[in-house]
Parts: sequence; structure tokens; C-alpha cells
Amino acid sequence: MTHETMNAPAAPREGVRLHPVTVKKVIWETDDTFTLQIDLGALGNTFNFLPGQFNMLYVFGLGEAAISISSDASQTGTLAHTIHRVGTVTSGLAQVKRGDVIGLRGPFGAGWPITAARGKDVCIVAGGIGLAPLRPVMYAMLRERTAFERIILLYGARSPLDILYRVELEEWAKEHNVEVLVTVDRGDSSWKGYIGVVTTLFSYIKLDARATVGYVCGPETMMKYTIDEMGRRGLAEDQIYLSMERNMKCAVGFCGHCQYGPEFICKDGPVFALPRIRHLLDRKEL
Amino acid sequence: MVIIESTELNHLLEGLISRGYLLVGPTVRSGAIVYDEIRSAEDLPRGVGDEQLPARYSLRRRDDAMFFGYGVGPVSWKKFLYPPRLTMFRATKAGKGFTITPGETEPRPRTAFVGVRPCELNGIIMQDKVFLGGPYVDGAYKKARDNAFIVAVNCTESGANCFCASMGTGPGVTKGFDIALTEVLQGKRHYFTAEAGTSLGKEVLGALSTREATDPEAKAGLDAVARAGTSQVKRMDVRDLPQLLNDNFENPRWDDVAKRCLACTNCTMVCPTCFCSTVEDSTDLTGTHAERTRKWDSCFTMDFTKVAGGNIRPSTRARYRQWLTHKLSNWMNQFGTLGCVGCGRCITWCPSGIDLTAEVDAIRGNGVHA
Ligand SMILES: Cc1cc2nc3c(=O)[nH]c(=O)nc-3n(C[C@H](O)[C@H](O)[C@H](O)COP(=O)(O)OP(=O)(O)OC[C@H]3O[C@@H](n4cnc5c(N)ncnc54)[C@H](O)[C@@H]3O)c2cc1C
Ligand code: SF4
Ligand code: SF4
Ligand code: FES
Repeated sequence: MTHETMNAPAAPREGVRLHPVTVKKVIWETDDTFTLQIDLGALGNTFNFLPGQFNMLYVFGLGEAAISISSDASQTGTLAHTIHRVGTVTSGLAQVKRGDVIGLRGPFGAGWPITAARGKDVCIVAGGIGLAPLRPVMYAMLRERTAFERIILLYGARSPLDILYRVELEEWAKEHNVEVLVTVDRGDSSWKGYIGVVTTLFSYIKLDARATVGYVCGPETMMKYTIDEMGRRGLAEDQIYLSMERNMKCAVGFCGHCQYGPEFICKDGPVFALPRIRHLLDRKEL
Repeated sequence: MVIIESTELNHLLEGLISRGYLLVGPTVRSGAIVYDEIRSAEDLPRGVGDEQLPARYSLRRRDDAMFFGYGVGPVSWKKFLYPPRLTMFRATKAGKGFTITPGETEPRPRTAFVGVRPCELNGIIMQDKVFLGGPYVDGAYKKARDNAFIVAVNCTESGANCFCASMGTGPGVTKGFDIALTEVLQGKRHYFTAEAGTSLGKEVLGALSTREATDPEAKAGLDAVARAGTSQVKRMDVRDLPQLLNDNFENPRWDDVAKRCLACTNCTMVCPTCFCSTVEDSTDLTGTHAERTRKWDSCFTMDFTKVAGGNIRPSTRARYRQWLTHKLSNWMNQFGTLGCVGCGRCITWCPSGIDLTAEVDAIRGNGVHA
């Protein structure tokens, strides 16, 4: 499947149907970020997603938020979302307990083109909650570890206590030959690792520019610095993919909120090949 | 092409009613011509005209008895296809979970839109692309659209804010109608030429006692429409427009227009092509019933681009730029046409009288050119 066709459903469909689904587990990853494991119930038979796609999650009477799927796409009947509590809906989701029911519609958008990375090195750069939509990429690649050459994960968190998926990060490094480098903006007395913005990590790795695919997700400023750094290291623009974020109400191209120049981030993205949006990235208040 | 005498216009409307259609058409309400339910030709704004200028709209008495002798008013047909408020679903608590029922349960009445102007018909065709033309389909829009019968009325006069001729959307219809009428009034002779665009339209016309138009009768209609085009004063220079706006993201004119723009959202509400919406979630006092309502929204509101870190477009400059650039540039990438049909509503209903054709001219005048 090509990047362009990934998001196009076979036949026109209504993108608005909401399904009640049951939360079977709540995992607090950090003080303000948690993962909901969801039992899809009957929906599980038909629900398939691509790494990088997102769902709209609904809290009864409160509203919806766009949240990426953070679990392994090969699992059926269940999925997970990792959510940073920032406002009304995400705070509502933070109160959800095991056995509670939330609404879900999706999956939406274009995912990461993992086939583009086969036989190549992969450099994943994530900032904060931006690691969540990239975790399914890790799962997909690790399932076929030999289909990829080097896998490098550069990850930046605010502080050591904000690092997501700690256990898995260690496991990926130790057992799956992933080069995991983590940095924090602010360290603490126990932190022995890197300190500084995520782009500083590039000085600790050597990239084979001609054979590396880059996947980037995080705050927009962080992504801009990252692609500049990748450019300096010789990565071709068409080998770089990034996931964009805007306000979203409908997720299906109707509400107009997610427009980013000519793009609808909900249906044309959220994952874009860099050349498609390169000219938009420097436009302020676009 | 057939002739319907002006005295027999009501037969057409009665024919539609007898086929089960609800009629919606132009009618005078509190100083404006709006589209609302009508029952007969009596409700049409016969002998009423209008004056439109930037930030000005007023009705006037015509010195003739034209049924359709006015320009488009503040209401556009999108109100009926894409309603300003729509209940999307209702949710009811049940045990630990909740059940969801669709918001629209009443079947939508089959509706005949009487008096759709060519620019407006093009506006409907543009919204079809938004709501029906992509990977997803808006179910409520589709239902309303499938149930709509379109009686278009060609324009034989242009208002001061009209620029359909520049946009290629008028003053005559070319497609998308069930029946198209042209009103001709010459001295005492008052008739409509009528043409069917669909088999259903043909059937409706066929049931009336009409006769073929003579060549002079048909020509009088065509000439009147052509005159509306040639006499149109306002123009939009559309040459390379998408590129022009794309290249002028940092034009000083955006600062200038931002001083005049009140970000009131009027332009987007009256525009027949603007499609943006937001949703409102609410619960009743007991907390057991919830519903989600979709409402028209506008890229001029502050919260439109809210994300966790703040608003993407805090300045009026950026919001006006989004509006104009969406309509006249990005729309082309998204839907293959410009997003403006030249109806002039946004000029008439802008409290500051901002005229998008003048803004484009200014940007062309001082701007970056490819
Ligand atoms: C494609 C996509 C994937 C995302 N994936 C995740 C994820 O995996 N985990 C996660 O924690 N967050 C994710 N987000 C961000 C998340 O959608 C917002 O943080 C969330 O909508 C905030 O809602 P709120 O009601 O809690 O905040 P409030 O600030 O109270 O929200 C108020 C309004 O602003 C809108 N809004 C606020 N912030 C955002 C935002 N950042 N993006 C879009 N709309 C916003 C909301 O829709 C709401 O209408 C994603 C966003 C997008 C667009
Ligand atoms: S932008 Fe203005 S002139 Fe163009 S279609 Fe909308 S309201 Fe009419
Ligand atoms: S101009 Fe603004 S309100 Fe109208 S469709 Fe475009 S983004 Fe939406
Ligand atoms: S979220 Fe509604 S158009 Fe993209």
C-alpha cells in the first residue's frame, strides 16, 4: 500500500459512528500520562489500524479528543491509547477506571509508511507524548526485526519522571538491538543520562544518510529542529516523515478545523512525507 | 424549452406540492429576502427588489411585477442541506456503559428549492464535493441532498456586489438543476422559459400545460441573462489566483485588512460554500442523557485552532488570511475549484464593508508574483 492510499477507505463511508468500548486496564505511565487498554468487544472483529493512525475518544457528555493508537497493530480485539492530561476531555479520560465505558470512533488518517523503511536504517525521533504514535512502529518493526537494519530511537522527555514506557525502552535496547538514546530537559539527582533537547542526541550517533528513513513526532518546534538536523546529516527530505497536530472536531474532513494550508491533517495526515509540507513548516500562524 | 406564463407559475408550485414536496423559496421577512417555507406564488417577493453595496442591504419596491427581481439575500441554501445546528447523537447511561442513538430520527421532508440562483447552485455543487466527494460521506447532508428538487432561476439583473461572471458561476445555470427558469418581462408580456435538467424535472414540467417556446421568446430570455453578465460591474481577477495567494503569505495587505476586520464571522455564516463546524457536548441535569450538537463554526473565531499549547491563529491578520487563502487558493488543491462563487454576500454583510475582490486587487498590486 502506498502512503497516499493508506487512508482511503474502499468505499465512501460515514465516519461518524461512535462505539461504546470498555476500558480493561488503566496504566499510569507518569504523573500526568496514562495508558488505557481497551476491549473492543464486537467492534474488534472488524477493527484494523495502521501504526500512526488515531481514534476519537469520547467521554460521556464531555466531548472528544483525537488520540493516537499506541499499541501493537497485530493484536486483535484490543488496543491501547496513551494520553497526556492537558484539558477537559483528557482530564475526563484520566478519571476512567477499569470496567468503565468510553466512546470510540476510528481509525482515522494516514499512518507511518513502514514498508518504506524495509532493508534500511530507521531513525525515530520522539518528543514527549509524541512517542505514543511511534510505539506501534516499534512493535511492527520488532516483529520482523531482520527486515530492518539499524533501528535508532532518539527520545526526549521533560524530566526523568516523564519518560514513557521505561521498561519497554530498556527491553528494546537490550533484547532487540535497538539503539535507544533518551534525553531530558531537566535532570534530577538520580539521572545519569543525557540532558538537553532531543536534537543534541544526534551528536552521539552516526547516520548512514543514504540508507536511513526518519520518523519524527513531537512538538512542532522540536520537529523543525529535528528535520534541520537530519538535513544537515544528509538525509533526503523524501526519507523523512512527520506526524502533525491541529485542533480536530470531526476527523473526516468536514469540520475544517485541522486545515494546514491545503492539507486536512485528519485525512491527508497526520503523517506526512516531509516534501509535501516542507513549505508550510516555516509559516507562522498558518 | 417551454413557456410557463407568469400567471401559471403557481401551477408549477402546486405540481411540486402534489408530489409531496415541501416548498422553500424566497420571501420577505423583516426587511430582507430570505429562503423559508412558502405555500404558493403569493409568498414570493413579487415586485420587490434590493440594493446592495459593501455593508449595505435594503429592499425597494420595483416598478414592475417581477417575481425574481432581487439579488441573493443573507440566507443561503446551505441552511437546508447543512443545517446551522444538528443533533448528531444522543447517549443514555445504562449500567456502567451507555447506548447511542442517532440524532436525526425524523425522516427529512422532500424539499423543493425554488429560486436557486446560478451562483448558489454552484455553491451547492461545491459543498457536495466537501460532504459527499471524499472518502467519508456526511449522512445527514446526503439525505437532505437526495431529497432536494432544484428549481433554478437564472439571473437577469446583476447587483453591485455580484461577480459571478468572473468566477464562471453565473448569471446562467449550466448544470445541477431539475428545472431552470428564466423570467422575462417585456411591457405587458410576462412569462418564464423553462428547461428540464433531469428526467424528474421533465416529468414535473410535462404535467403542466405548457407549450414550446418560440424562437423570439427563448431569445428574449437568453438575452436578458447575457445582459446580466455584461452589465456586471464588480470583477474578480482570477488569473493565477491560487498561486498569487500562496506566494503572498507575508503580504503587508494582511495587516491593513486586519485593522478593518472585526472577526465577526458574518462572512463565513452567509457564504454558501463555507462548511466549517464545531461540536458541543452536553448532559442533562441528572447526567444520564447526553447529546452532541454540530454547529456552524468559522475560522474567524479565537478557539477555532485551539490546541493544548494555545491558539494557532491568534491574530485577526492570520484569520482573515486563512479565510481568503482557503477560498481562493487552498480550495483548489482540496476540491479542484476555487471556493468562491461570486455571490457577493460576504461584501454586503461585512459590517466594515470589506470587499474580497478589492483585497485581491491590492495583493496583486503590491505583491509577490511568480
Ligand atoms: C492526530 C492527533 C493525535 C493525537 N494523539 C495524542 C495522543 O496519542 N495522546 C495525547 O495525549 N494527545 C494526543 N493528541 C492531542 C490531543 O488530541 C489533545 O491534547 C486533546 O484534544 C486536548 O483535549 P482536552 O479537551 O483535554 O483539552 P482542552 O484544552 O480543554 O481542549 C479544548 C479544545 O481544544 C482542542 N484541543 C486542545 N488541544 C488540542 C490538540 N493538541 N490537538 C487537537 N485539538 C486540541 C480540543 O479538541 C477541544 O476542542 C493528538 C492530537 C492529534 C491531532
Ligand atoms: S466568499 Fe463571498 S462572494 Fe464568494 S461565495 Fe462566499 S459569500 Fe459569496
Ligand atoms: S473560509 Fe474559513 S470558515 Fe470558510 S470553509 Fe474555509 S476555513 Fe472554513
Ligand atoms: S478534523 Fe475536521 S476536517 Fe480535519
